[in-house]
Amino acid sequence: MKFLEHKAKEVFARYGIPVPRGIVVSSPDGIVDPPLPCMVKAQVLVGGRGKAGGIRPASTLEEARQAASEILGMAIGGYRVKEVLLAERLAIEKELYLSLTIDRSAREPLLMASALGGVDIESVPRDEIFLEHVPAMIGIQPYAIRALRKRLGLPKGVGDQVADIVRKAYDLFRHEDAELVEINPLAVTTDGRVVAGDAKLVVDDNAEYRHPEYAAMDQDRTPLEAEAHDKGITFIQLDGDVGVIANGAGLTMATLDILNLKGGRGGTFLDLGGTDDPAKVREAFEILMKAQPSVILLNIFGGITKADTVAVGIQQALDAMPSKIPVVARIKGVNEERAKDLLREIGTHPAETIEEAAELAVKVRAGGR
Amino acid sequence: MAVLLTKRARVLVQGITGHQGTFHTRAMLDFGTKVVAGVTPGKGGSKVEGVPVYDSVREAVQRRRANASIVFVPAPFAKDATIEAIQAGLKLIVVITERIPFHDCLELMPYARSRGCVVIGPNCPGIISPGHAKMGIMPNHIFGTGDVGVISRSGTLTYEIVNEITKAGFGQSTCIGIGGDPVVGTNMVEALALFQKDRATKRIVVVGEIGGTAEEETAEYVKKHVSKPVVGYVAGRTAPPGKRMGHAGAIIQGTTGTAESKMRAFADAGVPVADYPADVPRLLASS
Repeated sequence: MKFLEHKAKEVFARYGIPVPRGIVVSSPDGIVDPPLPCMVKAQVLVGGRGKAGGIRPASTLEEARQAASEILGMAIGGYRVKEVLLAERLAIEKELYLSLTIDRSAREPLLMASALGGVDIESVPRDEIFLEHVPAMIGIQPYAIRALRKRLGLPKGVGDQVADIVRKAYDLFRHEDAELVEINPLAVTTDGRVVAGDAKLVVDDNAEYRHPEYAAMDQDRTPLEAEAHDKGITFIQLDGDVGVIANGAGLTMATLDILNLKGGRGGTFLDLGGTDDPAKVREAFEILMKAQPSVILLNIFGGITKADTVAVGIQQALDAMPSKIPVVARIKGVNEERAKDLLREIGTHPAETIEEAAELAVKVRAGGR
Repeated sequence: MAVLLTKRARVLVQGITGHQGTFHTRAMLDFGTKVVAGVTPGKGGSKVEGVPVYDSVREAVQRRRANASIVFVPAPFAKDATIEAIQAGLKLIVVITERIPFHDCLELMPYARSRGCVVIGPNCPGIISPGHAKMGIMPNHIFGTGDVGVISRSGTLTYEIVNEITKAGFGQSTCIGIGGDPVVGTNMVEALALFQKDRATKRIVVVGEIGGTAEEETAEYVKKHVSKPVVGYVAGRTAPPGKRMGHAGAIIQGTTGTAESKMRAFADAGVPVADYPADVPRLLASS
């Protein structure tokens, strides 16, 4: 679950991390008493909003409304700006960087900080970044914070505030099941305050059951992806035209790759998972057909999955949503002969191997049958 | 011999009375696995597929000398179940459960290691040593005895590749599905190190995918420590950045985790990478 900046800042504030005063509006008319001077910031879940013109300064109410009306409705990274945050403009003396992530290789949380904040951390030289793993069972210890302060060369007053923010950020990271807490910039103001200038927060989807309050938040999904998500279907829209459906994440990715090697381009990633329930197969197919692919490529390797009941689901979907979209199907599994007969009966193109299925999909798409 | 799992395993099934637990208990027994006990709190005293069920792991260990466990319990209870098994002294625990919160695994995995316990998974198909035993959910019939060690982050894609390996006349010493999550108990390098040491394993197949840097670290390890031939496969060459491709761990973040980087790392380490699953046995034969 990705958080918009203003949503992340709400959570930050709840944990006592200082954030600039601000208001959120979805129309310029909603701006009544903004903190001035302010920054008007597009609220989108994708990066690069500054470069796209989604962040502008304003000194008066009129300027704020003007900036908001220009930013609202903009498309940034393919997503419409529906809200803007008007945040108190800070008099910044120095910009720091602070983040907590999960280091997959070390299997531990990773604390990162730098005195060179305000830019993409990937562009900061490695030797300017403070890195320290945190043992998850024990939590952050004072030595780590001492080392961080020294490394960033923080004077006493600022150092004390940063230390407090690090502890609170780690509390947040743990208790909110975060994958990422990033404060960039962590601003040091001319009057010596330390404030989170921006806020990035990603909470682990697997932990949604512990944080049901976040489940309703908008995510960076297309309308069809959102519909699939609500139905519990793993579905991603891609920029090709072949509707790919398979069982298992790895096999679905491999099917897309093989299609590509054979000259086709996948338009969907649909992972059917371990199901052979015809109703679920039908539901998945309905989503797939709404994506309007030029051809559907189905690849099931079911060691245990019953191939024939998957075929029944496909039949039901095609009956319910009559369409001219051709289907190429490769199914391995229990009762696969019966499945192949049924697939032939309903006019789909059966294939033996993935490679054959991918070649056939490319051919069928081009009009050859 | 095989890796981690042999005939000596006396397997306990945690969550045996659930649909998956029951179904796969039958399949594991059919494969010749010594499934000696099941645990479901509150269901002690019953039997599933002839296997006695207990209320706690300690009872199962005391009464039936279970020494390994496979966990099928739902995600919210998986951490509890795994810790219970570690505390009861089990040294091999396979966690099939998917969608366990990452922070639970961040606690669980270092703790297991500190107790000398090997965890496989979560979100994995398990481990299988043909001729010995299976602790997992893989289809039995696609495996055969042989000398290929298989390591994979995926489920069905592994079956596809194993099926090709077996069809081509090879068999497997052990196949370890390490799981599709970002934080796993046994990672690719650790699994590879086991196969390098195992005398029954003559060659190794590594099935990777986008996300993280496990394949790059594996390639480095191959360069320094592996004398046996290794063949690779990388899924997700056409995956867009920033999207989670089904597995929690299968995501390209910034410039990290691309298939290109993994394939390049394998190539640099002299590990041939298959374009198609059917190419894997061909590359094995020529390696």
